[in-house]
Amino acid sequence: MRDHYQLIIIGAGPAGLAAAVTATNHGISCALLDEQASPGGQIYRAIESAPATRAQVLGSEYQQGKTLAEEFRACSVEYFPECKVWSLNSEREVGVLYKDQSKIISADQVLVASGAIERPVPFPGWTLPGVMQAGAGQILFKSAGVIPSDGVVLAGSGPLLLLLAWQYMQVGVEIKAMLDVTPHSNFLSALTKFPRALLAHHYLTKGLIYQRDLKRAGIVSKMAVSNLKAEGNGELQSISYRHLGREHSIETGLLMTHFGVIPDIWLTQAAGCQHRRDSSQQCWRPQHNEWGNTSIDGILIAGDGAGINGVRSAEYAGRLAVLQALFSLGVISQAERNQQSINPRKQMRKERHIRPFLEAYFAIPQNMLATTDKSTIICRCEEITAGEIRAAVDNAHGDSNQVKYLSRCGMGPCQGRQCANAVAHIVADAGGEAISDSSLFRGRPPVAPLTLAQLASLSAENAS
Amino acid sequence: MFKQLQNNDLGNLEVTLDGCKILVPQGTSVAAVVLAQGLRSTRTTPISNSPRAPFCMMGVCYDCLMIIDGKANQHSCATYVKQGMHVETQQGVGPALGDAR
Amino acid sequence: MNTDILIIGAGLIGTSTALQLAMRGCRCIVIDKASPGRHASGSNAGGLRQLNRDLAEIPLSVAAAKMWHNIENLVDSDCDARFPGQIRVAENQSDMHKLEQRAAMVRSMGYQHEEMIGRKELFQIVPALAPHCIGALICREDGYARPYHALTAFRQKAESLGASFHSDCEVYNITQEGDGWSVRTSQGTYNSSIVVNCAGAWAGELAAQMQEPVPLTPKALMLMVTERLPHFVDPVMGAESRKLSFKQMQNGTLIIGGALVAKLDFEQERTDIDWQQLAASAKTVLDFFPQLQDVRIVRAWAGIEGFMPDNIPVISASHKANNAYHAFGFSAHGLQLSPVIGLIMAQLILDGLSELPIEPFSISRFNH
Ligand SMILES: Cc1cc2nc3c(=O)[nH]c(=O)nc-3n(C[C@H](O)[C@H](O)[C@H](O)COP(=O)(O)OP(=O)(O)OC[C@H]3O[C@@H](n4cnc5c(N)ncnc54)[C@H](O)[C@@H]3O)c2cc1C
Ligand SMILES: Cc1cc2nc3c(=O)[nH]c(=O)nc-3n(C[C@H](O)[C@H](O)[C@H](O)COP(=O)(O)OP(=O)(O)OC[C@H]3O[C@@H](n4cnc5c(N)ncnc54)[C@H](O)[C@@H]3O)c2cc1C
Ligand code: FES
Repeated sequence: MRDHYQLIIIGAGPAGLAAAVTATNHGISCALLDEQASPGGQIYRAIESAPATRAQVLGSEYQQGKTLAEEFRACSVEYFPECKVWSLNSEREVGVLYKDQSKIISADQVLVASGAIERPVPFPGWTLPGVMQAGAGQILFKSAGVIPSDGVVLAGSGPLLLLLAWQYMQVGVEIKAMLDVTPHSNFLSALTKFPRALLAHHYLTKGLIYQRDLKRAGIVSKMAVSNLKAEGNGELQSISYRHLGREHSIETGLLMTHFGVIPDIWLTQAAGCQHRRDSSQQCWRPQHNEWGNTSIDGILIAGDGAGINGVRSAEYAGRLAVLQALFSLGVISQAERNQQSINPRKQMRKERHIRPFLEAYFAIPQNMLATTDKSTIICRCEEITAGEIRAAVDNAHGDSNQVKYLSRCGMGPCQGRQCANAVAHIVADAGGEAISDSSLFRGRPPVAPLTLAQLASLSAENAS
Repeated sequence: MFKQLQNNDLGNLEVTLDGCKILVPQGTSVAAVVLAQGLRSTRTTPISNSPRAPFCMMGVCYDCLMIIDGKANQHSCATYVKQGMHVETQQGVGPALGDAR
Repeated sequence: MNTDILIIGAGLIGTSTALQLAMRGCRCIVIDKASPGRHASGSNAGGLRQLNRDLAEIPLSVAAAKMWHNIENLVDSDCDARFPGQIRVAENQSDMHKLEQRAAMVRSMGYQHEEMIGRKELFQIVPALAPHCIGALICREDGYARPYHALTAFRQKAESLGASFHSDCEVYNITQEGDGWSVRTSQGTYNSSIVVNCAGAWAGELAAQMQEPVPLTPKALMLMVTERLPHFVDPVMGAESRKLSFKQMQNGTLIIGGALVAKLDFEQERTDIDWQQLAASAKTVLDFFPQLQDVRIVRAWAGIEGFMPDNIPVISASHKANNAYHAFGFSAHGLQLSPVIGLIMAQLILDGLSELPIEPFSISRFNH
């Protein structure tokens, strides 16, 4: 690994891979850093190693990653897998942990393609063993061929839940129930976005096919489910919920939930990029322009890390951002940049027709984002409840960061990844204020924990 | 709760899980292995000693911490199995730190 | 808005001053451009240290320590204060010699709180320490508190006695009007008989507006904290000839610091962690506690603090104007002093003089 590159790409998902492929053959020094062992990011996880039968079950969308991964392997970009980026600053200095050595390298242009994480939505019992995120179930399946053996309850909202149900169905996993928390009112608000969504009707068709297949297999979602609870002594034993005005419960050792995905903004936050609250996507995301430029010169963002737009969009955004980086580096002219961007931009626009509809339809109900159930754990690491957070709001002057100082909420090893959103919503709700750009915790580096020895190796390296 | 599909052309490795030797497919994360082995929880919390298990499988939640080759607080979902690896469930903050060597 | 006493800055110093004034029945308002504890007072390392203080600070620090030991009487909360002692380790004979001289000097001033311990006792107190250490200076009554909790307790007590706190209220401009002051802020103008400048790293600008410029330098100090660990060390650790400041909190986390300075954009109030310095600090920690090598840092941050050239604060009535007072520039060790500073300021304001020796902290000391 060199000390300096003209371009560093962080993340080997569709955005980062497409970016790398676009950057190749321009004679620039370029590195792609990713924490996973192989290229693919979240959607194409283990794309190179998954056996053909498994890839088939995972669906056509997944298999498309194969070509991209092959193109990437053939390109000249230096690839560093199992390389964790633990810091990024406004000077475009990138702290990396590679082969147990920490190092700070720099670049003229940094493209952050960090992707998304699943939106953590706390509910009673969500910390019990046996409760996991649907994405976790999918990762187990994609990368290890590990699937539920005694059935599973799927709950939450969003396309990924449907996709997972369909994938599980193919391999004979018993789906005990599909509980959809999408309230009926979402249907109305989504209706106005429907005409535009028709312009990307292949997505709608795919959703309908999944639903049809599931229905044939006898799996039907219960709609507008509320009061989801996971119960059990030391591990999940049953779940309960409310549907059509009645309480129900199901015995299960496994519950997988999904509440949509949100951008992974830890790197852009660390760098000091400006972030905005996006009320439609119910998340915070780095401010950026049509080329992916953030508020900091030379730091670009592409893919779901910039705002959730899905896999195809991520690829196009990756290409556009690299064109911009190449232009900034003086490698291509403005005319070349513009010319080469026409097609990806057009495609990207087409892809995005579906988003407003999906965002409105799958919007998470406010009472789940800002739970009023005082005993629900919000901070999984420090085991801080919603009640404790609400109690701290006054003394913390309605500021999430000061709620953190008082309660230790967000001070555990996950650095607030699992609680930041919920805390922001609860603090705003308790203080009677609207959620805002600054409701999130301030980022605290390092982006990933480093051991003292790993950190010390930075200084040893510099001395030599 | 979980099972592993039979389709790995990859070889098997021997690892020790809480004192028992097991054969596991190469290229798998420790978390996937322990779940497939039927382990329900991988650690207990330092505060209330409640059991926890992998939740996100992508390095975000820190609930999959285990003691791997003697080192506490290792991300089992982001650690790949290796021949001869020792994996243990972690209780709270983990074992005492010992004296200066 | 009219008030008798306007305190600018709701850090520990302003808040403690408000508390003592309120205890003596005075009406005061504390204003802050952010909110109480947003800056140094909420982000510091929590150390309560009399050990190795500047000689001028010793009387104040000793008085403050007494207050910390009874802090619940003062603010109805123990502020999570604990007193496992603070230690300054000697790694060689030259360190040992310097520390012995220091101990003798403090004793000669009539104070007993700092004492030397040899290798045997050092390892009884800190068995986990690397074997090359040979002795230490110790202050057994020292310890630490949780800063934001302390600040909140001070504020709540002051409020219960009638003090008011106004957040998001930034001072733009201070002008003298007759014997009193007119203070223009982002939330309108405050007229007050008396102003107290407790604006931390920003106090230099305010002092300049009050025609008393001071050589204050804002700096951002860094700290890092680890995941929770099994208990392994009681006292707060420092070292004679190395940048080490290190403690294990009740919850098991380690807080590591020691004069590590971050990059600071003071205008934007933006700090950038300097990893090279933290790396050097990590190395130092491992030299003393090699068994920590696999312990993970989960967070690092920097807090903005005001430093004076002589590293001791300004605690003073104005030398230029009536009815103006200053307490700032605590140069990275103001938490420990804060209870007594409030007391001193209340005495200065209400009695015209303080019982404790504060001449070394005069604002005019930089004039020559
Ligand atoms: C668990 C999960 C499953 C998903 N499954 C699907 C699916 O099946 N179908 C679908 O259409 N969409 C899925 N999505 C949505 C997904 O976000 C996008 O479709 C797509 O993966 C976005 O591509 P990307 O390149 O922006 O980011 P990603 O694919 O998320 O890639 C980002 C990469 O950056 C790496 N990274 C992030 N931070 C760092 C760091 N600090 N250091 C080093 N590396 C880092 C990540 O490990 C990852 O490899 C899923 C999302 C999640 C979270
Ligand atoms: C990282 C770090 C570690 C430390 N560790 C220790 C330790 O272990 N032990 C110890 O004793 N001390 C320690 N200190 C020092 C201690 O925190 C400070 O000395 C103490 O908090 C100073 O309090 P203050 O009230 O003067 O300043 P602050 O807490 O900074 O308060 C000043 C306030 O004034 C406000 N203000 C500024 N300008 C204006 C304006 N124009 N209008 C309105 N309001 C304004 C600010 O918003 C701020 O809230 C440390 C400091 C730092 C940064
Ligand atoms: S399972 Fe979430 S970090 Fe490993």
